[in-house]
Amino acid sequence: MTKLMEWVFVATVFFSIWTAAITGSAQSTLLIKWRTPILYLPLTLIILFGLYAVSVVLYRTFTFNNCEEAAVELQREIKEARADLRSKGLALKED
Amino acid sequence: MSGEGSTNEELKKLTKNDKYSILLPTYNERDNLPIIIWLIVKYMEKSQCAYEVIVIDDGSPDGTLEVAKELQKIYGEDKILLRPREKKLGLGTAYIHGIKHASGNFIVIMDADLSHHPKFIPKMIELQRYLDLDIVSGTRYIGDGGVYGWDFRRKLISRGANFITQLLLRPGASDLTGSFRLYKKDVLEKLIKSCVSKGYVFQMEMIIRARQFNYQIGEVPISFVDRVYGESKLGGSEIFQFVKSMLYLFATT
Repeated sequence: MTKLMEWVFVATVFFSIWTAAITGSAQSTLLIKWRTPILYLPLTLIILFGLYAVSVVLYRTFTFNNCEEAAVELQREIKEARADLRSKGLALKED
Repeated sequence: MSGEGSTNEELKKLTKNDKYSILLPTYNERDNLPIIIWLIVKYMEKSQCAYEVIVIDDGSPDGTLEVAKELQKIYGEDKILLRPREKKLGLGTAYIHGIKHASGNFIVIMDADLSHHPKFIPKMIELQRYLDLDIVSGTRYIGDGGVYGWDFRRKLISRGANFITQLLLRPGASDLTGSFRLYKKDVLEKLIKSCVSKGYVFQMEMIIRARQFNYQIGEVPISFVDRVYGESKLGGSEIFQFVKSMLYLFATT
């Protein structure tokens, strides 16, 4: 099953149950009592997931490691490499 | 660190039957190539693993190949192999071309622009040996991994794209678009054959196909230092390419 089919499958199952619940094809006092929240359930879930996604992405963006040390180390090694390669006879452009 | 010496001895023992072929596809990298090769030699000699570097230059007009020939004189024809091609023909075919000439049983692929530091190769080798993994992928997104030289916009796009791909594709690896990886040779050959996309999204497809084939993937956090010489790009067309490929993989895998 492709990832797309998995999503379609889960969505179909979810909306079948949801449709049955709001159209009254399934009868239960609980369903009548909770009709409004159930009606807005898909929207609520989408909003909640959106908030979750935005906060996770922003958190990860702000905590994305800045590899300052790696950059400094690389610059040092570049100098070392250029000096060593020159001594081995490689013609390099000026620094 | 006192454990450094013994770790190298252990690694040497673990890899005594192995050889690592490092593929370096280049295009206009005359400034970077000497440095990257110097760094590879430095860290591979230190790790005492058998290795070779295969430079696949796609007819760079800046004379990358001439520099590579100079480097070959310095380090020897057994260490530096030159397998140039006439013109730019894409990453996937560059790897196939390189593999054909590789004498190692493991292949390391990395960028020659100094954004990938060779010091991580021994770490990948070690992880691969301990867990007998099919692929070890460098990752910017977990542990000590990270980037240097990216502004807020670039980081946000990167994290956002990563979040969406993880959600839709569940690849089992945290860095899909990175191209610093160690592969078993036959695994890489099989993956390249099964991939259809071109360009940098090709890296993403490789990991997704690997998941399909149930290959074991491990990860090593890497620091990604954005291009020291030359321009790095992330424009509208790259983003469009990425979204297109992601949806393609979402619908077909």
